[in-house]
Amino acid sequence: MLVGKQSFIFENKPVVISTGVVGGPFEARGKIPDAFDILHDDLWMGEDSYEKAHRLLIENAIQSALDKANLQKEEVQFAFAGDLINQLTPTNYAMEKFQIPFFGIFNACSTSMEGLALAAILINDAGANYVLTGAASHNAAAERQYRYPTEYGGQKPPTAQWTSTGAAYAIIGKITEQNRHEPKITSATIGKVLNPGIADPFNMGGAMAPAAAATIASHFQDTGREFDYYDLIVTGDLGKVGKPIALDLLKQKGIILDESRFDDCGLMIYKDDQEVHAGASGAATSAIVLYGHLLKLMKQGTYKRILCVATGSLHSPLSIQQNESIPVIAHAVSIEMD
Amino acid sequence: MTKKSKTKTPEQKQYEQLGKKHEIKRPILRNCIVSFLVGGTICVIGQAISFFYMYFFDFTEQTSGNPTVATLIFISMLLTGFGVYDRLGQFAGAGSAVPVTGFGNAVISAAIEHKTEGFVQGVGGNMFKLAGTVLLFGVFSAFVVAIIHTVVGMLGGL
Repeated sequence: MLVGKQSFIFENKPVVISTGVVGGPFEARGKIPDAFDILHDDLWMGEDSYEKAHRLLIENAIQSALDKANLQKEEVQFAFAGDLINQLTPTNYAMEKFQIPFFGIFNACSTSMEGLALAAILINDAGANYVLTGAASHNAAAERQYRYPTEYGGQKPPTAQWTSTGAAYAIIGKITEQNRHEPKITSATIGKVLNPGIADPFNMGGAMAPAAAATIASHFQDTGREFDYYDLIVTGDLGKVGKPIALDLLKQKGIILDESRFDDCGLMIYKDDQEVHAGASGAATSAIVLYGHLLKLMKQGTYKRILCVATGSLHSPLSIQQNESIPVIAHAVSIEMD
Repeated sequence: MTKKSKTKTPEQKQYEQLGKKHEIKRPILRNCIVSFLVGGTICVIGQAISFFYMYFFDFTEQTSGNPTVATLIFISMLLTGFGVYDRLGQFAGAGSAVPVTGFGNAVISAAIEHKTEGFVQGVGGNMFKLAGTVLLFGVFSAFVVAIIHTVVGMLGGL
């Protein structure tokens, strides 16, 4: 049901039935290795290009989600998924293998929550039984498309972020007697494209912070909820730079967030001594943290209600070279346990 | 050459101020010292190679330049291939980018990167993607300086 200007409340409570989370070598050495079902120990993953390795990550994640849900691929009716590579080729090739009716989506690093919101809408309102959704990114494949060759010795500033290598997928389904104690999707707020005027692709956290703040404010306004409703609000990948800016912007709007219940996915994957500058970014980041880490904590009882606000920086290498500032977006999805 | 970006709206200007407050600054003093030391070390190695060619082969101070540059570029290409030079670059910044070894790294990193697209369209088409601009403007500015030199020479010299 549509509430307010840009939010949905899912009265039929679609359930996260299973997840599949895959990572690379740098993620294996990070803070949350337990979040992953499969960890590859090499960026090539036995393939002859980074793009093929990227495809493999997605295939692994989908297969793992299907296996855990004990579902055949034919039983899944639709898929919403995307990645960062031009024309979504890694996801397209993976979807060719699985033959699931497929909506390709791109909202950069907010693709994860865009897909989850769309999947919940299909389950809640359109009568679908099982919908697959997820997002993926590969550090080296993204690096060569967006920045420089991987072996190029350019110095990155401390505001730069590290594209995570991984894929995280979830299967969303209808609520039944058996699964009603699993995490449920209760609402979603779809963000608008903003342009805060930042043109530096090595400061994406600074560019995306206003989108996160705007979507959080709209979510509270549309749903009538307040910060106290949630045990945890996580933003997508604002990193060390964007997180304090988002807090400041929300304060200006009169929304005070308690920092002990506000975190950022970009600061949750890697350890402090890993050289990732201001934190993680990439489409996989928020998907890995939510599907691999936070859902586990919810099942263990640490959190009952969380709001995940994935942020995306919608530039291309071309738009940056033409001196356009970065357009940004954020989508929020709330997940609750009984 | 790129144009200056469009003028910002008042909201964007206001946001710029807030963003500056939280921006993590580049450690400029540390970067300067490290690049001086690393860049200087690369030059010392270059000088040693140059002396090596002068003492053991039939090169003079003028003619030892070419083999020295070739040797330095060869070393930087090996380091790039073994995945070391990009780490040195993050540590040293301009110190490893400005000497001729940085030029070698820019060429070979692009060549390695595009091997997956084949030797003609991949390696051949992209090898000078980063370094090409250095070649173009290097040759062009040498041409302009040569014209000035010639014209001044024809007018009787300085």
